[in-house]
Amino acid sequence: MLDVARIRRDFPILDQEINGYPLVYLDNAATTQKPRQMIEALVRYYETTNANIHRGIHTLAQRATEQYEGVREKVARHIGANNPQNIVFTRNATESINLVARAWGDANVGEGDEIVLSLMEHHSNIVPWQLLAARKGAVLRFVDVTDDGKMDLDDLRRKVGPKTKLVSVVHMSNVLGTINPVTEIAEIARRFGAVVVVDGAQSAPHVPLNVEALGCDFFAFSAHKMLGPTGVGVLWGRRDLLEAMDPFLGGGEMISVVREQASTWADVPHRFEAGTPNIADVIAFGASLDYLSDIGMENVRQHEIELTGYTIDQLQRLDGVRVHGPLSPEERGGAVSFSMEGIHPHDVSTIVDSYGVAIRAGHHCAQLLMRRLAVPATSRASLYIYNSESDIDALTAALRKAQKVFSDAGTRTAV
Amino acid sequence: MPVPEPQFDDLYREIILDHFRRPRNQGKLANPTQHAEGLNPVCGDEIVLDLAVRAGTIEDIAFSGMGCSISQSTASLLTERVKGSTLEEAEQVVAGMSAMLIDGAPPARELGDLEALQGVAKFPVRVKCALLSCKVLEEGIDEARNGTEAKETNS
Repeated sequence: MLDVARIRRDFPILDQEINGYPLVYLDNAATTQKPRQMIEALVRYYETTNANIHRGIHTLAQRATEQYEGVREKVARHIGANNPQNIVFTRNATESINLVARAWGDANVGEGDEIVLSLMEHHSNIVPWQLLAARKGAVLRFVDVTDDGKMDLDDLRRKVGPKTKLVSVVHMSNVLGTINPVTEIAEIARRFGAVVVVDGAQSAPHVPLNVEALGCDFFAFSAHKMLGPTGVGVLWGRRDLLEAMDPFLGGGEMISVVREQASTWADVPHRFEAGTPNIADVIAFGASLDYLSDIGMENVRQHEIELTGYTIDQLQRLDGVRVHGPLSPEERGGAVSFSMEGIHPHDVSTIVDSYGVAIRAGHHCAQLLMRRLAVPATSRASLYIYNSESDIDALTAALRKAQKVFSDAGTRTAV
Repeated sequence: MPVPEPQFDDLYREIILDHFRRPRNQGKLANPTQHAEGLNPVCGDEIVLDLAVRAGTIEDIAFSGMGCSISQSTASLLTERVKGSTLEEAEQVVAGMSAMLIDGAPPARELGDLEALQGVAKFPVRVKCALLSCKVLEEGIDEARNGTEAKETNS
């Protein structure tokens, strides 16, 4: 069990009132809050270390370079990567996926080739492939989602074939919480020699990872969804694939020799980190990774299994509330989407916000999935290490108020 | 000290909830002269308007689509308000809604029951919900006018 009360003391933002009520932050799938250890690391960097990396001979430049490269090692440990040099820093998970679509896709996908995605993908794992398909005349195929919110593996087997060049799937759905069997998916894709990309934006913050064992070729995620600052993303890739890829962006830092008409590229990963990177935020992200490793990802996962179970159970006790996605917490993460009969998610969100409860309402950048679920939008509560059962109790109490506002019998004064 | 209960009377006035639960003019027209649609991509709210405009008057109007209580009740109240109005009057209603919700102006008299939406102005993220059907109506009016002009040019 996590010591939630102690953890909460590390998150200054949680200690405030919203609309007169204590803040209950349940929008962690959008972005998480930040521990003071990360905030202090960011300030400390600017106050003591600030210098440009990889170029300078002076002491500060060396110190900044060491710290920046040190975080690459921490990231490698967090995701179970053998070689830190297979980790590329980007701006966010979206950019990581775009990097693959451009630098790998442009060279390896051609006319009539197929790219297989699923209906539960975030737009960030759809649109880069649509752009690639449009550039190359490739075809996108979408794997269905079952009624209980899981990847339809039978449909995947039907959609993957000799023409499949790439399969890109989400590890943990940002809407349904579903954890997809990536190893099994990769095995199916591999039979046809397809490359496998995994969108790990929701899994990297919440479950223990071993990308080497996962069986994928690329793995993308963002720092800000795991206690880190905004503006830092990660792409892990298999060495041979990364080395065969041309640059994504051109500029300083990513070159070896520059001549008038052409240049040669730096080694991986610097080949893909053109220009001055987000040094300060990468270094601050190191403190976030330390924070998670001190808690232990197994403990993070266990905490979320318990709290997700409680959340689903409490939501289902409310009349007219339907929880989307798998109901067993072992099969899913803590992003819990639900619908309330007769109340639109926006109205739900506005009302619970009046009680200090922050949840998300909308299509969650997953319009294909909304259509598949036949809902215009959902409400979503998403959990993290500083949430407890009392947060869920505050949510369900506020949801009861929403039901009262919208019930025919509701009297306007006694809400 | 106990925290006072939030009051939703400003946002969810009884007339708004009534129009949300029992929408007026919902559906499609058999013979529309104009058809306009609008989507709020951020939240997925959708409004479709059918208009039957004859001699510069909105003789009939119907809406369909889906979305939150504010977007749907506004569509219901708006269609009720402009049915039978001239295009100019309908335009003034749309302008009055913008003034009330964006500029914070007091509700203009021509808004009628739409003045119930005044409280939405205090919830900036919800203003777009109320303005969606207004934008769609504006589009329908423009089309009606251009269509009329086109016919006149042709004759």
